Amino acid sequence: MSIRVLVPSGVLGLGFDHEALAAGVALKPDVICIDGGSTDSGPHSLGTSTSKYARAACKSEWRALMQARASLGVPLILGSAGTCGTDAMVDWMFEITRELAGELEQTLSVALIYSEQSQRSVANALRNDQLQALQPKLAISDQVLESCEHIVALAGVEQIQAALQTNADIVIAGRTTDTAVVCALPLLKGCHAGASWHAAKIAECGALCSTHPTSGVVVVDIDKDPETSGLHGETADASSERPGFTIYPTAKDARCTPHSVSAHMLYENADPFILHEPGGHLNVSDSEYIALNEKQVRVTGSKWVPNKSYTVKLEAARLAGYQCTALALLRDQHYVQHARQWVDRLSNFLHTSLETQQWLSDHEYHIDIRLIGDNATLGELEAKPCMANELGVLVIITASTQELADEIGKFTNPYLLHYPLSDDEALPTFAFPYSPAQTSRGALYEFCLNHVMALTDPMSAFSVATHRLSPEQNS
Amino acid sequence: MKTSVGELVDYVRSKNAGPFWITIDIFCGSDASYDALCQKLTTERVAETLRQPLQAITRFDISSLNVIKFSLPRPVVQGHRTDRDMHGAQWAVLIEELRL
Repeated sequence: MSIRVLVPSGVLGLGFDHEALAAGVALKPDVICIDGGSTDSGPHSLGTSTSKYARAACKSEWRALMQARASLGVPLILGSAGTCGTDAMVDWMFEITRELAGELEQTLSVALIYSEQSQRSVANALRNDQLQALQPKLAISDQVLESCEHIVALAGVEQIQAALQTNADIVIAGRTTDTAVVCALPLLKGCHAGASWHAAKIAECGALCSTHPTSGVVVVDIDKDPETSGLHGETADASSERPGFTIYPTAKDARCTPHSVSAHMLYENADPFILHEPGGHLNVSDSEYIALNEKQVRVTGSKWVPNKSYTVKLEAARLAGYQCTALALLRDQHYVQHARQWVDRLSNFLHTSLETQQWLSDHEYHIDIRLIGDNATLGELEAKPCMANELGVLVIITASTQELADEIGKFTNPYLLHYPLSDDEALPTFAFPYSPAQTSRGALYEFCLNHVMALTDPMSAFSVATHRLSPEQNS
Repeated sequence: MKTSVGELVDYVRSKNAGPFWITIDIFCGSDASYDALCQKLTTERVAETLRQPLQAITRFDISSLNVIKFSLPRPVVQGHRTDRDMHGAQWAVLIEELRL
């Protein structure tokens, strides 16, 4: 007895192999689950409450998943809508769903889960001692909370289960943990907790746990818990084998191997054996991975350890200034060979000039000059000597307003073009790849919370709204 | 010429583990290269290469996978104006090119 979950890819908007999806649908899964977001691309998405992925890409993939769902008559769950999972991004995904329901002539019940937190509610939690700092600890205060553009809490399985219990065909969730999206329904149906959470961690990135990561689609069969579902001793087979899960990709040539599956537990996870989730943690220290055949891996021995208190992780982004960037290219060997020295000299000149001519002290702005081709990626950690034939000079200016950042960008422009290595040499002119060489980059955001919030009731920081969609309303 | 970590192992990858952590996985590929690397690659050497205090680095020697994993708080929080690598994925190169 098991529950079959289809995960079409690691994230909506990244694409998947349509043949592999069809092969997955043919296996008649009990639920289709896909993640819609992550902090992985940085704080901009949460700061601006926008999707990282193109709307058209998300809509095109969501269309295929809505069609698959309709053909199976099973729930379709999306977590962390629109990359950051703010309320506005849940509504954005709902709007896409509404358009598609019209276009596909589907009648649907949709449940939306809202994960965004008001500054006031988190400030109350701070006052009531319900916030706990994670490592590395960041300072928190009312001022920090007031500076946040958006704060979201990561929902666990309880909130998704509440949405599923409205008999929703489609669940669109705001920020959730990547794993909760996959194991909410299996846990609701009585699957083994350790197996469910571990299966979810392995499957949440789609076929990344297989030998063909870009094919996207994986299927995971998660065993029911023999202790709670009354299966214990039901048959010789069921009682002799430990509960676990079986995972496999559906693309033709893709395979899951014990190594590809077990190695995925390491991915984007600081601790390879422990994964913290709302309400407890997963421990895979004693998990065993066995190849059932060329394609499928069976995993047993995973444990779920419930916590005494129920906590949800918070994410927040705040404005950290405005940026203007500029790019120049050095091909002249004299400058390529002395580029670091040139950058130091140019930086000093810019700081001095901005102070004497514009009365700007250096705490009012920040200029970072990075040498692309030398050490732009690793900075002072770079261990290799520069072997470049040409170098890109990337200037990143950050200031408190866009006007000031742009003004400093314009001020920098002629020196970036002509600044000499010493006073007694001919005026150089470097290559600008476009005009103007500087570009307004807009607002810069930064992550500013690394905390969990204790909840007396998992639903107290979240809300569920239900909608009925029918073709007449949507066309 | 001394051997680099990259020459000894299958591959090295690094990635953010959330905005505040970075994690580096060394896939040794065989028992022999895992055993050799466990001996040759000290946590001190990794700390020195990454210019981080030794106590900031957590090491996991995972013999069942022939993997050595290092996790540390990101020296610069992801997306800060001085962050050079939003996904932390190029840090792997520092370990891959480290000469033993």
